[in-house]
Amino acid sequence: MDWFFNFPHMDDDALRNLKKFIDESFRAFTRAYGDAIEGFFSPLQTFLIYSERFMTKTPWPIITLIVLAIAWAGSRNLKIVAGCLFSLLAIGYFDMWDDTMRTISMIFVCTILSIAIGIPIGIMMSRSDRLQRIVNPVLDVMQTMPSFVYLIPVVMLLGIGKVPGLIAVVIYAIPPMIRLTNLGIRLVDKDVLEAADAFGSSSWQKLVWVQMPLALPTIMAGINQCIMMALAMVVIASMIGVQGLGQPVLKAIANQYFTLGIFNGLAIVGIAIIFDRVSQSYGQRLQKHREIIHG
Amino acid sequence: MADQRFDGIKIRNLYKIFGQNGAAHVEAVRNGLSKTELNEKFGLVLGLKDINIEMPAGCIQVIMGLSGSGKSTLIRHINRLIDPTSGEVLVNGVDVVRMNESELRDFRRHQTAMVFQKFALLPHRNVLENTVYGLDVQKINRAKSTEIAMQWLERVGLKGFEKKYPNQLSGGMQQRVGLARALSNDAPVLLMDEAYSALDPLIRMDMQSVLLGLQKEIKKTIVFITHDLDEALRLGDQIAILRDGEVIQQGTSQDIVLRPADDYIANFVKEVNRGRVIHVDAVMTPVAAGHAVNGATVMSGSSIDDAMKLLAHGNATDVTITDPAGIPLGTVDLKCLAAAVVSSH
Ligand SMILES: Nc1ncnc2c1ncn2[C@@H]1O[C@H](COP(=O)(O)OP(=O)(O)O)[C@@H](O)[C@H]1O
Ligand SMILES: [Mg+2]
Repeated sequence: MDWFFNFPHMDDDALRNLKKFIDESFRAFTRAYGDAIEGFFSPLQTFLIYSERFMTKTPWPIITLIVLAIAWAGSRNLKIVAGCLFSLLAIGYFDMWDDTMRTISMIFVCTILSIAIGIPIGIMMSRSDRLQRIVNPVLDVMQTMPSFVYLIPVVMLLGIGKVPGLIAVVIYAIPPMIRLTNLGIRLVDKDVLEAADAFGSSSWQKLVWVQMPLALPTIMAGINQCIMMALAMVVIASMIGVQGLGQPVLKAIANQYFTLGIFNGLAIVGIAIIFDRVSQSYGQRLQKHREIIHG
Repeated sequence: MADQRFDGIKIRNLYKIFGQNGAAHVEAVRNGLSKTELNEKFGLVLGLKDINIEMPAGCIQVIMGLSGSGKSTLIRHINRLIDPTSGEVLVNGVDVVRMNESELRDFRRHQTAMVFQKFALLPHRNVLENTVYGLDVQKINRAKSTEIAMQWLERVGLKGFEKKYPNQLSGGMQQRVGLARALSNDAPVLLMDEAYSALDPLIRMDMQSVLLGLQKEIKKTIVFITHDLDEALRLGDQIAILRDGEVIQQGTSQDIVLRPADDYIANFVKEVNRGRVIHVDAVMTPVAAGHAVNGATVMSGSSIDDAMKLLAHGNATDVTITDPAGIPLGTVDLKCLAAAVVSSH
């Protein structure tokens, strides 16, 4: 009756060998292709370094002005601009400026990368039900797999540093980008699409003039989600060498520095709110003429 | 405007069966398998059955039928938004069914334009940008397309609204944009699928007048779908009546009103204002050539209402009907006019 009380599992030795075999093969793969893969990602490294250098080397008043200008352009709302100004000044006053800039730079690169990869995948998915059936479960895995787990192979391949951190963050943050692009395009009004066909639009014309503009509010929601998820990964990414607000938090956890943790945590919250409000109100402004009214 | 030698639209033996492998059942339908049987036995929907219509160039062909009778399905075969199960659709002599993808795209860009029941405007484009859509698709530069679009916007009464967005306009205005967008294409065929059905009655009358006024000039081959017999009789040079995917009568408004093919159509016709539809020619007593014209005259093709108005407001007892050259063709008196108005089957 032993099998009834203890799950009859794989033989201990066999299991150990299986794990060892997988690990060994992956290590062999890493040794063989690690350099090539690192080379492949080196443009990303350059991009990251430039972006970070720009954010940290530019004098703070200029950065502040740029951020406020973007906030205004996006939201056309003075309250939001004032909120941004207050958050930035508070962050600077409590000496978290440099870390904040590094984090913003990382989030920026991550968002660009997610858009560049996510939107084309979302578009392809919206055109093929088969692709949708394949990609959806993959996205589910990406979102539910604990992020520590996929940090392991990334670190094994690329070591500790900015690029592996960025890749981990993108893996975590890109699913909403893909999902909402796909959804947005699939929800475009069938009547309008039919009109586009009736006028002889090519599929590219239809995509650029009809589907993308009409899906844009949904895609903006995807970008917003993507930024929020990337920010949620800041602390975890700092474990594999991404600099920024995550590292002080990590230090605070290890040494029980309560105030340090709170301050940096609040700074993350602050930029999350800035990103969120600006991108949301931009999305709403896009909506202005879009609701369809018949009759 | 439209190509002078445009040869109209000819639909021949058109069948549409919705569902998987419909083609296998065309033969059975041809041999009398009914719509209900097809649905119950094979789960397929008979959309159109053996449609044969000739639409001459420069005429308004109305297709009338109740909801679900297959009107939208039929009109979408003309620009092949729907692929037929079998049959031919000849537009200007070319079979649309056989076109490959790029021929079809070209055909849609240059030979047809369409107006939709729900307007189908692009909400993120303003009125002007919507109007140039078809020209954008044809890769005509904005300076030229704007000029064309502005001209049509003015013609449909939208001057000054170019910068408005569709959701800032009433339904009637939105459909004017839809019409301007279609006309800007300057295609010989204009397809209008219940274009006016979503509009209020007064605005609808107004838009009918706009269309009739324009048609005098543009002389396009217009296919106009409606479920409203009054609209059909007012606009149609030719009318085809559709029921359950079959054409049950085709002809002019006179044919439909005076000689309804079956009880189903007679039932519709009962409700129309006969005085406004029936021409005096149908009820006049012919006269010999050289008949002296004295008193009131109306032109051949006038309605019974027109003749009655003359009699009601003047002291003549009969009205002479003349052809455009003034030659008398026949006469009518009040009694025969009244009989025509009230007569029914
Ligand atoms: N894609 C489709 N698949 C199955 N049945 C359809 C499809 N499109 C239309 N039908 C059916 O064909 C018939 C005619 O539809 P439609 O042409 O839209 O009618 P109408 O425009 O006259 O109201 C209806 O019974 C409808 O249910
Ligand atoms: Mg319809």
